[in-house]
Amino acid sequence: MVEKVLMKGNEALAEAALRAGCRFFFGYPITPQTELAAYMAKRMPKAGGVYLQAESEVAAINMVYGASAAGARVMTSSSSPGVSLKGEGISYMIGADLPAVIINVQRGGPGLGGIQPSQADYWMATRAAGHGDGHVIVFAPSTVQEMADLVASAFELGDRYRVPVMILADGMLGQMMEPVALPEPIDSRSLPEKEWATNGHGGKRTHNIVNSLYLVAQQLEDTVVERSQRYARIKDEEQLAETYLTEDAEVVLVAYGAAARISRTAVAKARELGIKAGLIRPVTLWPFPVDTIETVIPVAKSFLTVELSMGQMVEDVRLAVNGRSPVSFFGHTGGVIPTPDEVLVAIQKAAMGEQFDLVPYHTRLTGGAR
Amino acid sequence: MSASIDSAANEMVDKKSEILFERPHALTDAITNYCPGCSHGIVQRLVAEVIDELGIEGETVGVCPVGCSVMAYDFYSCDMVQAAHGRAPAVATGLKRVLPDSVVFAYQGDGDLASIGMAETIHAATRGEKISVIFINNAIYGMTGGQMAPTSLPGQVTQTSPYGRDTETAGYPIRVCELLSTLDGVALAQRVTVDSPKNVRLAKKAIRKAFEYQIQGLGYSIIEVVSTCPTNWGFSPSDAFEWMRDNMLPYYPLGIYKDIKAAKGEQ
Repeated sequence: MVEKVLMKGNEALAEAALRAGCRFFFGYPITPQTELAAYMAKRMPKAGGVYLQAESEVAAINMVYGASAAGARVMTSSSSPGVSLKGEGISYMIGADLPAVIINVQRGGPGLGGIQPSQADYWMATRAAGHGDGHVIVFAPSTVQEMADLVASAFELGDRYRVPVMILADGMLGQMMEPVALPEPIDSRSLPEKEWATNGHGGKRTHNIVNSLYLVAQQLEDTVVERSQRYARIKDEEQLAETYLTEDAEVVLVAYGAAARISRTAVAKARELGIKAGLIRPVTLWPFPVDTIETVIPVAKSFLTVELSMGQMVEDVRLAVNGRSPVSFFGHTGGVIPTPDEVLVAIQKAAMGEQFDLVPYHTRLTGGAR
Repeated sequence: MSASIDSAANEMVDKKSEILFERPHALTDAITNYCPGCSHGIVQRLVAEVIDELGIEGETVGVCPVGCSVMAYDFYSCDMVQAAHGRAPAVATGLKRVLPDSVVFAYQGDGDLASIGMAETIHAATRGEKISVIFINNAIYGMTGGQMAPTSLPGQVTQTSPYGRDTETAGYPIRVCELLSTLDGVALAQRVTVDSPKNVRLAKKAIRKAFEYQIQGLGYSIIEVVSTCPTNWGFSPSDAFEWMRDNMLPYYPLGIYKDIKAAKGEQ
């Protein structure tokens, strides 16, 4: 059995990246992802890699763009306001078919927001990581162990499909410590060569070009359509979700990351009260695990989405359920963490079969529906 | 044609068939998007000649950011990366850090380098990033049709300074070589132009030095080429050079602003 070590989530992300063969890290300081950059600054030089503190988030993601174009496994990390700034570079990476791993340890927003845990960037991650027709694959870990495990998957899928991959964590997962069995390091020399990389043709091939510009409309449409076909494959093959007590569940909670941990406790409490509750925990947010939602539809009488936001993922749940059951929402935002008992109240309400949106003040002051 | 004339012609071809001028290998045969008389064509060729002379095409990666030069990825035979507006120094940094033994150059215009990408420029320079930057300063945004640039001269009329650049509201043009020469990471900062055969030769020498300094690991090099934009300035190519000499060169004097080797007495 692999020995477990006690690590912060942010550090687990960093160590797992190194073990996945990542030797290039470009970042900019921002709370609450700081431990990740600090870990990289300490470890990278000793691992023969490069840690570079960029002058800005914008520069950092463009350094990632350059390093990825050169064929390297490369990573950057930030938190919500910083990821907004990276949007430009992410869009260019999508357009140029460049893989990389981008970490977002979410904090509250909009604007400077706060530094407490949040899940308010779901839309940014899954809908609008940058301008244009495009997507990034989005992973949502909920334990420190998963922080470590998903990094390797992120690099693998990025390279396989030539798309940027985001790991959408939050301040709680980033800062908390848990025992973690770290993955075995891979030898980066064993990775398949990237034939498209702009690493000098050496007189052995014609020049490679990394580019996202197509001035002829038909050419641009063709590239976007080709990429969309890859997206279709990703949707078919890469959905990932964990289920908990869903087999006979009449009230199905859907929650990811930190909210899933709280929801799991609430589901157990609901079971003690005789309510048949279960939990779907999306591990990939894009592609959204619609197939898993489909499996619970025959038994489920209602759905309840729990998020650290005013309700973002709930839209995807409603799209997946498509009117076949009520889909309710409960959440806190701005860094306020819901308690399991609050979620339990929402489960009891959902068990009565009505659809509601429970947002903070209604919950606290009136407990009523909106 | 009679046989005797034919063989005489062949003899002439044999004697005279020494090639005196051809396209550098580092340039593809793609037709460029540059307007007639624009300095880009000359400068891009000089870069290609230098790549050929140094024999580094196979190890070179070029970065072309947004602007008139954005499609340079089609024009060079070496590996090429198109970059977002202003981000070429950051992209070049990423490339060079992964490929320390390669030669990485960025080819940037004035809006790109000195406006939207000034932060990336200054920080790549101060880090002493081992890249070579070719900077086309023609005092205007060319690709978008002639708007005021960070290097547009006081009083210069452009699409977005229709009454002339008013320094009260739009401030003053930036002298990039002077600015960057204060940074310790800069190995070479030189301003040249390409308005005459003599100046073209000087420009090529400077570009070659910028590549050599990179290969020698000396730091960031920038060659600023004071250039023309006949189309957006509204002049013929020769009048454009005349206007450049009369108006731009007094504000942007040619010369070497920093040369780390000369400073150490190595040259």
